[in-house]
Amino acid sequence: MEKPLYTVTSTPHIHSTDTIDKTMRYVLLALVPATIAGVVFFGLRALMIILISIAAAIIFEVLFQKTAKRPVTVSDGSAAVTGLLLGLVLPPAVPLWFPIVGAFVAIIVVKQLFGGLGQNFLNPALAARAVLMAAYALPMTAGFFEPQGLYNWTDIDVVASPTPLAIIGSEGFYPAAADFVAAFVGNISGSIGETSVIALLIGAAFLFYKKVISWHIPICFIASAGVFVFIFNPNMLALYHLITGGLMLGAFFMATDYPTSPMTPMGKVVFGIGCGILTGIIRLFGGFPEGVAYAILLMNLTVPLIDRYVRPRVLGTKRRGA
Amino acid sequence: MRIAKMKRGIHPLDNKNTASQKIRYFFPKNGADMVYPMVQHLGAPCKPIVAVGDMVDVGQKIADNDAYMSSPIHSTVSGIVTDYRMTITPSGRMCNAIVIKNDGKYRDHPDCNHGVDFTNMPREKILAYIRESGLVGLGGAGFPSHVKLDPPADKTIDTIFINAAECEPYLTNDHRVLLEEPTRILKGMEVILHLFPEAKAILAIEDNKLDAIKLLTELNTNPRITVMPMKTCYPQGAEKQIINACLGREVPSGGFPMDVGCIVINVDTTISLHRAFFRGRPLMRKIVTIAGGAVNNPGNYKIRLGMSYREVIEAAGGLNSRAYKIVMGGPMMGVAHYTLDVPVIKTSSALLFFTEEESRVSDERNCFRCGKCVDHCPMGLLPLDLNKYVLANKIELFKKYNGMDCIECACCSYTCPAKRHLSQSISTVRRELLAAR
Repeated sequence: MEKPLYTVTSTPHIHSTDTIDKTMRYVLLALVPATIAGVVFFGLRALMIILISIAAAIIFEVLFQKTAKRPVTVSDGSAAVTGLLLGLVLPPAVPLWFPIVGAFVAIIVVKQLFGGLGQNFLNPALAARAVLMAAYALPMTAGFFEPQGLYNWTDIDVVASPTPLAIIGSEGFYPAAADFVAAFVGNISGSIGETSVIALLIGAAFLFYKKVISWHIPICFIASAGVFVFIFNPNMLALYHLITGGLMLGAFFMATDYPTSPMTPMGKVVFGIGCGILTGIIRLFGGFPEGVAYAILLMNLTVPLIDRYVRPRVLGTKRRGA
Repeated sequence: MRIAKMKRGIHPLDNKNTASQKIRYFFPKNGADMVYPMVQHLGAPCKPIVAVGDMVDVGQKIADNDAYMSSPIHSTVSGIVTDYRMTITPSGRMCNAIVIKNDGKYRDHPDCNHGVDFTNMPREKILAYIRESGLVGLGGAGFPSHVKLDPPADKTIDTIFINAAECEPYLTNDHRVLLEEPTRILKGMEVILHLFPEAKAILAIEDNKLDAIKLLTELNTNPRITVMPMKTCYPQGAEKQIINACLGREVPSGGFPMDVGCIVINVDTTISLHRAFFRGRPLMRKIVTIAGGAVNNPGNYKIRLGMSYREVIEAAGGLNSRAYKIVMGGPMMGVAHYTLDVPVIKTSSALLFFTEEESRVSDERNCFRCGKCVDHCPMGLLPLDLNKYVLANKIELFKKYNGMDCIECACCSYTCPAKRHLSQSISTVRRELLAAR
């Protein structure tokens, strides 16, 4: 009888069916409702920005990996996620070449130069937004308009209309004028993917169901931002703050980005609370009406520190100080 | 009834399809070579006490060592000693082995089949009898039972765990034993309780074996024995996990169960105690789960020690053409082998034949810090960091962040979406450091 040699490996001999590709596909799927809402409210121009952003992110990743003679890994979907998120955080009236510059910053500078997937210390899409904000402040702050409907190709010369947070920043909060329903549905001025709270919540529920994200960061983020605003404005403003601006998009899809958030549950709580408080500080006391992006970027920088000090207790070792 | 639950851990697909089939039994072929490696336990290897050409009987002691930390080996067939040569063992090591040609007569040795009444025996005599019967921990490590049941005088033992968690996927041998030999388990436990008059016993069973929990609860009349259901979770059968789940106690880092007043014993070991004391039979058989996608007749088989796995699998219906990997032990912690010419020894627990789909190894990708390994590590370690330290050869950091506390359960590698070889790298360094001690 012939004696075959069998395969020998170290343990374990079975593996879960989880993969990076699957995780990225889930995130892309979870962003579909918000993407559709953005296109419905801000028209085909918004769709163009999103598509250019995704395409640019994928092309830059391929170009870099080919040039650096590394294996091309765009099929894992992470570049597409970054491109989509970048498109969703841009104002709908920015020039169509903006997402290309943004994708260059996100993929080449922030992601690939630091070692590619998982090695970046800033959220690529938000870092790109911050760079665009610094370089082209006017279109990035005035590129907003009221929802015009799907078939409108609204151009930058349309009269811009400020976002609700910008109005609160300059004129104060009038509860009678604030339309909570419009803000919840997304029928307000804002970045392409951030306005529709209901669409974002549907996507977030999917990510919870698939266990891609845990409650720690988003809930702590949103709750601490709400509490912070409420302390200084004990009225309906706190609630309005939660459903306007980039808070929902940031809390569920940006702050939960794996490489740039802590790994342990306790660390995630610390991170989420930090994001929430920084958002509140910037929104209420800072020079910008919106602070989610900067809050997350600042907290990204604290992640190595959080991961160093907030660790689970190893079974059989003493509690700290015990 | 309280249901115990360990911290973290994973829930792999259990694939315990063989749980409904009765244990089957077969004899080795007449004229077959039975191979008895000198290392079937933790501790000093045995030395042969028979010579080539000797005739031996079933149950006759054929190898022993004067060292305390050792356990004698008995022949499981009658026949003639034909050789003393090197063989590969299920743990993957090479060692010397006695080879006996089975004459098919199964002539019992005159010392066998005399049970003893342990209730009148002094403690030392009981422990000596356990040693003479060749009993070792049958969960996989093979720790000599007479050593485990004789803790240092300064350790007070108040709880004896009978471990029937069987948390590894595919394995159902403990489950079948619980269903088919429950009274022997309870009787075997009495021997242990007799050794520890102050202690109580916990028979811990995971709740994917509800029929076994029900049966044992009904049959148990001893107030010192508690049948404790546990929420199914891997690796709950690990000593530190089972103690923590059931009692909330934590075995200190670098310590042993006896440091928190516990002893953990595999359920099959209690049956062997029963066989030794009530029927006068030394440890000669093992119940082995044979399963996996490449096996024609998966099931549980009662196998005489010394049979080769090749003979076992032939008797169990053979393999189909898709056999890709053979694993001795569970799929999470077992050892892969390249050959079937390995003898069944005291610590063999399962024999799994995987097809390529079941056991494919993917390429390692970048860690994207999802934290799943951290969420599931039952010890509370950060496997991704430990992996990083290993790859950068930062052994001091590896030690500082408790790399040595790893129990090698492989939850991290199982759950990793990037398919990184976390547990592989951690275990390798851990074993190197242990060997250097």
